[in-house]
Amino acid sequence: MSHINRFGAALMALGFANSAQASAIDESVNQMFASSTGWFVNFIFASIPGTSFPWIVAWLVIAASVFTIYFGFIQFRVIRHSLHIVSGKYSDPEDAGEVSHFQALATALSGTVGLGNIAGVAVAVGIGGAGATFWMILAGLLGMASKFTECTLGVKYRNEYANGTVSGGPMYYMTKGFAERGLPGGKFLAVLFSVFCVLGALGGGNMFQANQAHQQLTGVFGEFPGWITGLIFAGIVFAVIVGGLKSIAQVTEKIVPFMGILYVGTALVILLMNLEHIGPAFGQIIDGAFTGAGVAGGVVGALIQGFKRAAFSNEAGVGSAAIAHSAVRTKEPITEGFVSLLEPFIDTVVICTMTALVIIITGQLMVDPATGLYILNDGGTIQTLDGSSGVGLTSAAFASALPWFPYLLVVAVLLFAFSTMISWSYYGLKAWTYMFGEGRNQELSFKILFCVFVVIGASASLGPVIDFSDAAIFAMAVVNITALYFLMPIVKREVNSYLSRLKSGEIKRFH
Amino acid sequence: MSDTIVVACDGSDASGRALAFAHARAKQLNAKLLVVHVLEWSPYSFLTPEEIAERHARRTEELARAESAIIGPIIAKYKDQGVAIETAVKYGHVIDTLVATATKAKAVEIISGRTGNSGVMSRVFGSVAGTLAQVSPVPCTIVP
Repeated sequence: MSHINRFGAALMALGFANSAQASAIDESVNQMFASSTGWFVNFIFASIPGTSFPWIVAWLVIAASVFTIYFGFIQFRVIRHSLHIVSGKYSDPEDAGEVSHFQALATALSGTVGLGNIAGVAVAVGIGGAGATFWMILAGLLGMASKFTECTLGVKYRNEYANGTVSGGPMYYMTKGFAERGLPGGKFLAVLFSVFCVLGALGGGNMFQANQAHQQLTGVFGEFPGWITGLIFAGIVFAVIVGGLKSIAQVTEKIVPFMGILYVGTALVILLMNLEHIGPAFGQIIDGAFTGAGVAGGVVGALIQGFKRAAFSNEAGVGSAAIAHSAVRTKEPITEGFVSLLEPFIDTVVICTMTALVIIITGQLMVDPATGLYILNDGGTIQTLDGSSGVGLTSAAFASALPWFPYLLVVAVLLFAFSTMISWSYYGLKAWTYMFGEGRNQELSFKILFCVFVVIGASASLGPVIDFSDAAIFAMAVVNITALYFLMPIVKREVNSYLSRLKSGEIKRFH
Repeated sequence: MSDTIVVACDGSDASGRALAFAHARAKQLNAKLLVVHVLEWSPYSFLTPEEIAERHARRTEELARAESAIIGPIIAKYKDQGVAIETAVKYGHVIDTLVATATKAKAVEIISGRTGNSGVMSRVFGSVAGTLAQVSPVPCTIVP
């Protein structure tokens, strides 16, 4: 570590001494990146002909609605039972020492709770206004059904190896599930998913994180070139995933949940300090959701932002959670589905909403007093009090109530960014080894590639990085949801069988 | 059916003394011994994705190691000594697991050694033996 620190300090000195040249590096990385990924981003976010509605957002919402209806509003019917499962009431004491439902949920949450909840929400309300929050919550509630479907399948069709380790995820249910139903194309979908999963890992799971971490650091230490943050982050990530310095990952993994609790706790304190503004804030949210309140694109603009950022934050339908949840030991795959549906609820309905409420309540979004509509910048974003966006906007909102908060937020963002990177390096690696086979060389090549993208992510400016990150993650959802449509009857069979056995008392409660 | 005496065992010298005492007592009472080794484990701890994927393999290894390093020598020492011995390796919180195992086996007594940490450490952190004596549902003997 001390080597890394010294290396970083030397680089920083170099960077400050020659900042003109350094920002030229940033700029060329940025331009190269934007021009090489533009076509992919354009395809994923293409609008449905004749409208301004991106087809991918419709795809996600329709899927979440279909699963919600197909499984009879499962997310609301079983939520009590889900909580019982997580608290261990249905865990056989003889299985103690195996991964518990709580642990699988906590680890999956560490991968999803992070910048999406802090920066992503700020991006959503910064473009879509308060109304975006309404659509975000709705997307979170519907997304619970998508998550339930994919995680049940993830456990049911995972690979268990002779040495006791497991590999699971959409790749496996696509091949095995399709074969079981006698459907063609499972293998093709699995490879396609793996390609997008690797891109998603490099985009949202890596570059977006590095980018926002850098923005936080510049907010505290002043402007310095992004590639310096990138190199330092890449060094630490390299030490963990290649050098096997597991202790760093383990420490992070243990601090992150407490950071999450601290973040929500602080948000709650701010909300309590502004109790009288909560009612009007919800008024703005509802009003903005159906009138648009002057944001770019109106109601549809607010809706698109809300849905996009919800999907990006809770990853429902994306397939990443199916990889994270698949290792839990259970005789009933469906129980892991029940547990996983809590994830979008905690992530989006609770934590994202907290962030949005704090931004709205502290009056960060500028409103024209004459018209009651938002004041827009040239780029179509809403003008904020101090001109900040992304994580900077969240930071400003919290700071307006608690001036010391930005320092805590820097630590939280760095830790969240790091833990999300570690999680996604694992998801990406699983997809990579699915395509290229298990083996030391294959693993090493992916891990090095992953570290290179940390530097690119920190150097590029926010726009192109967010676009590419979104596009890659949504591309995963295109393939994953296609498979889920074909495999959902299998989940239905599992859920019916389980619920009838639960009712008859055949499923035993142990505590 | 003979009575069961539960004896807590972690492989330490103290637990060796407890086991010797328990063995003599079981012989006296014509009871059988249930030797319990608990691996400390919380289902609410946090794991990395990799630890999760490898957990089942690690658990299998840990159980095998406990069997060979702790349970094996006990069986070798006390088999054919006139007392029936059963063994169990469990995961969980040490005290809770000992109590649950004793309750399930309808044990008449729990016997445990103690490390002998007196003073500040045990005042701050408590000790297994001390807590066991407080919560045991059946008579409990602490062997020094």
